[in-house]
Amino acid sequence: MQITVTVNGEETTGDVEPRLLLVHYLRVNLGLRGTHWGCDTSNCGACTVWLDGVPVKSCTTLAVQADGHQVRTVEDLDAGGALDPVQEGFIQEHGLQCGFCTPGMLMTARALLDANPDPDAATIREAISGNLCRCTGYENIVRAVRWAAEHAAAEVTA
Amino acid sequence: MTTVEAPLSTAGNPIGFGRMIRKEDARFVRGQGNYVDDINLPGMLHGAVLRSPYAHARIVSIDTTAAAAQPKVRAVITGKILETLNLAWMPTLSGDVQSVLATDKVRFQGQEVAFVVAEDLYAARDALELIDVEYEPLPPVVDARKALAADAPLIRDDLEGRTDNKIYDWEAGDAELCDEVFARAEVVVAEDIVYPRVHPAPMETCGSVAHMDKVTGKLTIWTTTQAPHAHRTLYAIVAGLPEHKIQVISPDIGGGFGNKVGIYPGYVCSIVGSIVTGAAVKWVEDRSENLMSTSFARDYHMHGEIAATREGKILGLRVNVLADHGAFNGVAQPTKFPAGFFHIFTGSYDYPAAHCKVTAVYSNKAPGGVAYACSFRITEAAYLVERMVDCLAFELHIDPAELRMKNLLRPEQFPYTTPTGWEYDSGDYPRALRESMRIAGYEELRREQAERRANPSDTTPLMGIGLSFFTEGVGAGPRKHMDILGLGMADGCELRVHPTGKAQLRLSVQTQGQGHETTFAQIVSHVTGIPPEDIEVIHGDTDNTPFGLGTYGSRSTPVSGAAAAVAAQRVKEKARIVAGAALECSPDDLEWEHGRWHVKGDPEQGKTMQELAMTAHGALELPEGVEGHLDASVVYNPPNLTYPFGAYICVVDVDPQTGVVTVRRFIAVDDCGPRINPMIVEGQVHGGLADGVGMALMEVMAFDEDGNHLGGSFMDYLLPTSMECPSWELGETVTPSPHHPIGAKGVGESATVGSPAAIVNAVLDALQIRQADMPLTPASVWRAMQGRPIRPDLAVE
Amino acid sequence: MQVPAPFEYARATSVAHAIALLDQHGPEARLLAGGHSLLPMMRLRLARPETLIDINGLTDLDYVRLDGDEIAIGAMTRHVTVLNSPVLREHYRIFADAEAVIADPLVRNRGTVGGSLCQADPAEDLSAVLSALRAQAVIQAASGSRTVALRNFHEGPYETVVGGAEMLVEVRVPVRPGTGSAYEKVHRRAGDWAVAAAGAFVQLRSGVVQDVGIGLAAVGADHFTCAEAEELLRGQEPTTEQIRSAAGMCRDSCNPQTDQRGPEDYKRHLAEVLVERALSRSIARATGEEN
Repeated sequence: MQITVTVNGEETTGDVEPRLLLVHYLRVNLGLRGTHWGCDTSNCGACTVWLDGVPVKSCTTLAVQADGHQVRTVEDLDAGGALDPVQEGFIQEHGLQCGFCTPGMLMTARALLDANPDPDAATIREAISGNLCRCTGYENIVRAVRWAAEHAAAEVTA
Repeated sequence: MTTVEAPLSTAGNPIGFGRMIRKEDARFVRGQGNYVDDINLPGMLHGAVLRSPYAHARIVSIDTTAAAAQPKVRAVITGKILETLNLAWMPTLSGDVQSVLATDKVRFQGQEVAFVVAEDLYAARDALELIDVEYEPLPPVVDARKALAADAPLIRDDLEGRTDNKIYDWEAGDAELCDEVFARAEVVVAEDIVYPRVHPAPMETCGSVAHMDKVTGKLTIWTTTQAPHAHRTLYAIVAGLPEHKIQVISPDIGGGFGNKVGIYPGYVCSIVGSIVTGAAVKWVEDRSENLMSTSFARDYHMHGEIAATREGKILGLRVNVLADHGAFNGVAQPTKFPAGFFHIFTGSYDYPAAHCKVTAVYSNKAPGGVAYACSFRITEAAYLVERMVDCLAFELHIDPAELRMKNLLRPEQFPYTTPTGWEYDSGDYPRALRESMRIAGYEELRREQAERRANPSDTTPLMGIGLSFFTEGVGAGPRKHMDILGLGMADGCELRVHPTGKAQLRLSVQTQGQGHETTFAQIVSHVTGIPPEDIEVIHGDTDNTPFGLGTYGSRSTPVSGAAAAVAAQRVKEKARIVAGAALECSPDDLEWEHGRWHVKGDPEQGKTMQELAMTAHGALELPEGVEGHLDASVVYNPPNLTYPFGAYICVVDVDPQTGVVTVRRFIAVDDCGPRINPMIVEGQVHGGLADGVGMALMEVMAFDEDGNHLGGSFMDYLLPTSMECPSWELGETVTPSPHHPIGAKGVGESATVGSPAAIVNAVLDALQIRQADMPLTPASVWRAMQGRPIRPDLAVE
Repeated sequence: MQVPAPFEYARATSVAHAIALLDQHGPEARLLAGGHSLLPMMRLRLARPETLIDINGLTDLDYVRLDGDEIAIGAMTRHVTVLNSPVLREHYRIFADAEAVIADPLVRNRGTVGGSLCQADPAEDLSAVLSALRAQAVIQAASGSRTVALRNFHEGPYETVVGGAEMLVEVRVPVRPGTGSAYEKVHRRAGDWAVAAAGAFVQLRSGVVQDVGIGLAAVGADHFTCAEAEELLRGQEPTTEQIRSAAGMCRDSCNPQTDQRGPEDYKRHLAEVLVERALSRSIARATGEEN
């Protein structure tokens, strides 16, 4: 089936099977390997991307469902040339270790801050409760998102 | 601050120890990490493994015709085919053999039976369904406690002469002394304690991309391994391939935690697939495969006895362990220690009598046992002793902090040789415990608890305070004591300083998130004064790094870190010789300051490391002791392990009606010696504490009576989220290791080792009962309160 | 990674179109809404529909609105919308209580009310909520629509009364002035299915229970409720004893199964505890004691 998906602002087309998962369309068809996958049962959130501005699990979305829609992945966060404050926050506050859950966390965090620019720690924890991490114990991720909230307008260098 | 403040480089990084943001983050936050599943080679094919639905069954027949006939399928490999290559079985890291693809029987649910290679992942998975396997089910051994029963089914009938499911008996300590001490003791408390089967479950599953180049005869394998060199040597031995023609590459690894130490059948199959098809073959397991077939952790059924005086002076501790190893003995641990370092179970206390006996058995479950940050079974040991100490406190009605303080080893006793032969290097234990209690506000917590207990109600949450004091032995290890399959556990590094004064450090250890690219640069920076941003850390490629046994058991800083420090020291000393030549004085007349050798008393007369690097590569006539560079290559054979320790306190609230446990606070004071990068050390601790919450409250791999794995997905094997973890409160003490070049001890597994007991002790304290097993799910807590505990390793009844 | 078996895909442009597609493709066709129950099962190959009919384009079924003396919720309303709906927060706090503990925030961005009800998992929180509220389900067929009481909507685990060429389009909940409602859930971990859960609404007039509804999830309660417990409370003053008796009835009448979430006796015990808590909080909210 022919699909047209706008990914990170650019129109992409593909001829795909209906069963192709969005995460595979991104990783394999488009070569955007920043989005990861970590489970079979939609629990881990490593595959989180935006679909029409809303963070979703791309392993539980078919590529054909994104036909005619907008997808945003981690690769778009520094599209302007500078790191997004969430990316800088994760660096500054050691919000990542192995980096595998990180793209998903970043997309969830970015969506949270867009909707709620000044969330408290409890709100952040709730927002990322669908993203599992095995390395950080979450505390520094919460701090990283707080950093991003506090440096929203900060100039961050790539 | 307990670490010396280092001066800052022009980039703002500490030239040495201190808080520094990580170099590796730049790629990860952009989604530019390079993990195994990101690797894409021209013409690459995809593999998938067919797995057994049965826990124990004879294989009657395997028909791959339909699968092989699929247009996109390029090969279907079975055990029969592997037999012709002598690869149907492979040696494990424990001297046993393990099936690569089953031939006679399957021995655990999820065991590998066939391997499909196809043009894409979807076609490979489709083809699995077309393979027809006829099984003849056999009764499985699911309960370790029944593995040695007279009528237990024999699992390892592939091994000649085997008549039962016992793997070994192993002992340490002094049984006779224990008998005497226990016989005389005023108080003896006995308890049965299970450390259930759990799983490291890193966010990235295991996988490999294998490429056998037919023309050059070179095998390149990108793979999720914490020990690339060990894998290379093993492939050479197992597959008969010449070792100089094998290149093992660990790209970025999405978490290891001991899950990525061993060689899994899927890797071997991907190699065979590449040999058979002539193309590169990628195999990445899915999550259920990861949970059901890769190295689990723990599964220790322990019976402990603690002897003491009525006042609470511990006199002895002994324990019998039944260890469930699964269908093959595949534990990854030093050869001389089949039960790993479990005999460090004597813990952090001062008493003379100790003995342990470990009986290991086979069962119809996946192989493994040493994984999930266990520090070679120290998680089990620390859990046992810290639970037993609390059981003693319970019986004697002594506050658990007071009981610990009474028995902790004193600083003047170090170095201390334990009753089972460990030589603890250094520690001020009472100080760490006091610090932990100070941060927690221990007295006030007990007051709050007392008030609540004075006014109980149906709905008032029960408050619990639990402690754990642990000592680990990490940094395996001295060659004469520690080898894995005959490969000594020394590790090396090569430090090269380029003419412009920038450096490259090549390591044999392998980060999976611990920050080596940053911390090892900081070690070299600390010694040489070269800014860390000017030091590139290279690891993970066996063609480009020195030999070593890899990262697990928190050994990177103690072993490779030491190697890096020694290498850096040698570089600095070579620089001194060059400086002497350049400044026309004796090297003994030189003084070191901030990365520069200068004439004593005349700071103007000096040369920086950068200048000396150029000089070493230049035209100056070099004296003896220096060839045309400053480079150094070191293999570090540690004289001993290092012994980090910590004092943890957990505060919980338990809903008395539902059994739901909320972790209110967790205070962790760790001592890992000087902290190279405090930010990274704290991150390691945070992660391990979350592991503790997971294991104490929700993680378990249970099996039903048919051998069905009840934790084969993230719907059933529950990992803690941000909601269950509190905001961790950390503290530190610093007791350097006297034998380590920079005094550092390693910390990667400390929190995983120390935290479960603190949480379990807290819950039991809340309930005012002596014992219940992890995980303390709401149902487990409630049933424990009813006096009808749930056994965690079997299906709930 | 596990991936689904092949299937055909069609995209519905209207309810009528969706129904026509269902009719055309027969019993091996399934509707795809949020997909967070269906797609995971398809990836594990436990479900193998031949055709998926994608109804995510039916955005006119995504609404929560006050419609006279009823609240109408479109079947394609996402969980996150229900969670944040001001209309629902004003009238029935039970929705926000329940949604906050349904799955996780990412799943809630996609999962729908209709999808959850039609998946008919015995642990589905929304089934218990809507049963407690005695909601109505509006089912559309080619020939027209019919309304079924939510308490008659489920026929058993994973089975509803929605026929082969029919589609749930809306649920309707009566507005009841003077009502407080609440949901209580025990789970092993955030995002997990309930070990047991209970919800309730209590409508008070002059200190007497004018109307009450109880919903139970994950405990095998008939139609996710316990009518006899409701009967006991109706028309009475909501005393502690009354509440306890009602909760006891729920405990005795439900039919929980032992599984890895917990043994039967524990779940039964939870049914009682959580009904008591849901009723007490509902009353506190009805009287304004609690927010």
